Amino acid sequence: MSERRPRIAVVTFPGSNDDGDARLALEQLGADAVAVWYAATELDSDIGGIVLPGGFSYGDYLRCGALARSAPVMNAVREFAADGGPVLGICNGFQILCEAGLLPGVLRPNRQLEFLCADVTVVVESTGAPITTGLAPGDELVIPVKHGEGNWVADDGLYAELVERGQIVLRYAEDVNGSRDRVAGIANRDGNVVGLMPHPEHAVDPLLGPTGGLPLLQGLIVAARERLAGYALDPR
Amino acid sequence: MLIRPKAGILDPQGDAVQASLAHLGFAVTAARVGRLVDLEIAAEGEAAARSEVERMCAELLANPLIESFEIVSGPA
Repeated sequence: MSERRPRIAVVTFPGSNDDGDARLALEQLGADAVAVWYAATELDSDIGGIVLPGGFSYGDYLRCGALARSAPVMNAVREFAADGGPVLGICNGFQILCEAGLLPGVLRPNRQLEFLCADVTVVVESTGAPITTGLAPGDELVIPVKHGEGNWVADDGLYAELVERGQIVLRYAEDVNGSRDRVAGIANRDGNVVGLMPHPEHAVDPLLGPTGGLPLLQGLIVAARERLAGYALDPR
Repeated sequence: MLIRPKAGILDPQGDAVQASLAHLGFAVTAARVGRLVDLEIAAEGEAAARSEVERMCAELLANPLIESFEIVSGPA
């Protein structure tokens, strides 16, 4: 019996540009990717996970992610997250989740004042988040980054709490943008909301380069499948 | 509204401005770059307008983690 393909929503904001790659990667890895427009006010009830993709929503006006966080679809995203649903924000999606208050801290311009586009090595730190199922602390993944504002900032008190609670998901192996203690990805307290600056959706096919994104997107798919199975409303 | 990066928060834009000014020969030792937002609002007096704008800053216009804001008001 083949495993059911969970439906995962990929939100397109005005200015998103990695939504297509995110859908393609999820489809390749065994999910049904559902394109969701930012003006949507609700999500289908059989959505098992959400991706907020990379890009430059609202032209990065005001602050990156700041305007997208009040887009109509974000109420549905908040409800889904509050209900424990897995949400993955990638790059601009990470920035949006921070501005929306769904993830702690904020992303600031890279310290070197340059847009950074490179394959980087990230090290897995905490594996409490459902999307890190299948990874172990210390695992190294090579995944591309491409951002101008990936310099994650948190004050001392907040940072200490996050480390203590195991909310640091990934760190860059080497400092690439000035991010605090090389943080590349974090989770919320419950672990169901994760933000990453690296782009797992661009690292799933060996034909195109490194494949470090595979376990993260596979983790999201597993989490989405488990959420849907938990409801057990539909015996498909 | 004058919105500024908080003290102690890295401001790469300000650093770049400082470096460029220094390059041009100006004796600038520090620069911080913020943002100015001009708003026209209908409100019952200045106090009401000010409290409304404070809410706007807290909810959207400034990010309290990294930015401070100052409200400068006057009649239209």
